[in-house]
Amino acid sequence: MTEIFGISTQALFGQLLIGLINGAFYAMLSLGLAVIFGLLNIINFAHGAQYMLGAFCAYFLLQYAGVGYWWALLIAPVVVGITGILIERTMLAKLYKLDHLYGLLLTFGLALIFQGIFTNYYGSSGQPYRLPEEFAGAFNLGFMYLPKYRAWVIVASLIVCGSTWFVIERTKLGSYLRAATENPAMVQAFGINVPRMITLTYGFGVALAAFAGVMAAPIYQVSPLMGANLIIVVFAVVVIGGMGSILGAVLTGFGLGIVEGLTKVFYPEASNTVIFVIMVIVLLIKPAGLFGRER
Amino acid sequence: MNFKCSMVGLAVVAALGAGSAQAQISDGVIKIGVLSDMSSLYTDLAGAGSVAAAKMAVEDSGIEKRGYKVEIVSADHQNKPDIGSNIARQWYDVDHVDAIVDVPNSGVALAVNQITRDKGKAFLAVGPGTSDLTGKACSPNTVHWSYDTWMLANGTGTAITKQGGDTWFFIAADYAFGAALERDTTAAVIRNGGKVIGGVKVPLNTQDFSSFLLQAQASKAKIVGLANAGGDTTNSIKQAAEFGIVKGGQKLAGLLVFITDVHSLGLPTAQGLTFTTTFYWDMNDQTRAFAKRFAAADKGIYPTMVHAGVYAVVLDYLKAVEALKSDDGTKVIAKMKEMPTDDPLFGKGSIRADGRKIHPAYLVQVKTPAESKAPWDYYKIVATIPADQAFRPLSEGDCPLVKK
Repeated sequence: MTEIFGISTQALFGQLLIGLINGAFYAMLSLGLAVIFGLLNIINFAHGAQYMLGAFCAYFLLQYAGVGYWWALLIAPVVVGITGILIERTMLAKLYKLDHLYGLLLTFGLALIFQGIFTNYYGSSGQPYRLPEEFAGAFNLGFMYLPKYRAWVIVASLIVCGSTWFVIERTKLGSYLRAATENPAMVQAFGINVPRMITLTYGFGVALAAFAGVMAAPIYQVSPLMGANLIIVVFAVVVIGGMGSILGAVLTGFGLGIVEGLTKVFYPEASNTVIFVIMVIVLLIKPAGLFGRER
Repeated sequence: MNFKCSMVGLAVVAALGAGSAQAQISDGVIKIGVLSDMSSLYTDLAGAGSVAAAKMAVEDSGIEKRGYKVEIVSADHQNKPDIGSNIARQWYDVDHVDAIVDVPNSGVALAVNQITRDKGKAFLAVGPGTSDLTGKACSPNTVHWSYDTWMLANGTGTAITKQGGDTWFFIAADYAFGAALERDTTAAVIRNGGKVIGGVKVPLNTQDFSSFLLQAQASKAKIVGLANAGGDTTNSIKQAAEFGIVKGGQKLAGLLVFITDVHSLGLPTAQGLTFTTTFYWDMNDQTRAFAKRFAAADKGIYPTMVHAGVYAVVLDYLKAVEALKSDDGTKVIAKMKEMPTDDPLFGKGSIRADGRKIHPAYLVQVKTPAESKAPWDYYKIVATIPADQAFRPLSEGDCPLVKK
């Protein structure tokens, strides 16, 4: 068997694929963050908590209403998205005129509150969420055993990221949104309701987080801290990709998933720091991020 | 005259004796600090439940009816040795805490162990796993209750290796506890004729174990040993099922599994897991009665061996304080080692010179959903490891207290 750095190429392929799957989660989460930052200029620290809320929403639906995975994939983002809209209307809207820091502090506080409440009622070990029947089993790829669900994660992530990118970069609605962030007063003058558009954008970003949460439920334990563990990494992804750059967030998400996957093979102890090392290097060389524009 | 004098003398001594029962208790109150993980991955297996267990022990000891005042305080060490050390110092120096109990997370516990020794207080370790607390880091101010990595390794490692699981791959948490557990299990595996063919060290609180599981799969080891705890264990077991580790012919060995982990995984995923524990709630009437009361006090969670240990160690500590009529840490720990122990949850036992509490351990297997008749009815007891074999022999621990 051929070997690279003492690791068989087969094992290496497996690790690359695993990295890609984790990258799919980073991409979905950083996409939402990038959309919110790009259009609202809000650094949404509650994103991890909203991801957790999405997973819990799916858990509640299954546990108390018998509503399965597919419906949860639709309902949870809508429900959590609506809570996002409420937060934007009642709290965030008052902060747009202030420095970024205020939005960051507010959303960080909200994240701690959500996590605290859920830890209090549901503990830290997490709740089990059954794998949907359709995804039981795995594909034998020869070089690895790929659970069907993990394959679905990549497909779903690509669809979601692709369509979001398309809507924002290639449609009329997207052009309004982008124009509204450049010059809200001018766009408003053309008769477009800018505040409503911003509210809906925040709701959409939050819904993306909840969607990722539902996707994660069958793989990880549905636990109050699942988002807290992920959010810092996702922030690093967004910073590396370039704050507010949608394509950057997606590509960096997948890319860093792979880098992290490889680190897990060669030096696992560093696997949760490697992304931050890359972040430091990128910030030193290209402060606006790999795909960001200097403003 | 002589007789009269000595009678007066006796009366004075008796009066002084009675007075000193209170006077010897520093600040007139026995203050016990529960230092635990209140917000992260070990919350369910220790956390608020440990506080509840300590309070139950104070109540059941009846010590307050005999004129002593006991106060329980608690704090969250957030799994960070620096935060845990700061709290311990603040408690001992400023808040007049006499004993610290629990401290899940070996890293934090080793720090608290040293501080307690420097301050001459008492450390009642229950949550931490590392067997170093009664090995090279042993202290005249520390008692280690419930379990340690050597006992887990010996119980589970020996049983599985003897059943033919003679090649191992470890997925270990990358800190003091994971390292100790891996080291002790490796020794048990080799002692029984097996060998370890690889391992990975995984950062604490990792979400995704798939990459490590894939490495375990590629190693072709018969047994994948999980040297981790709490949320890390549940996530790795859940994902191992997803990646077909067991279906592929390998077996999982959860080295430290708590009943809260099994509850959180659910029986369909956890069934068949074999591991070692020192406490199970459904063993006799006393443990069942304790579990019911405990669950009512801790959000319906049934007690883990950490909760049971906190209850038992606080009970024993108060007994020693009362016997000595003093809460001087070094003296109380010495007294605890001297007295035989007896409590409703672990039965009769003893505490060795190195601080290790000795009691039997149980090899258990998780029931299938069909076998489980009631909520929290999870374990079958497969074998009992007698107290004198369950823990590391006193002579092998390299504890300086023993050599003297």
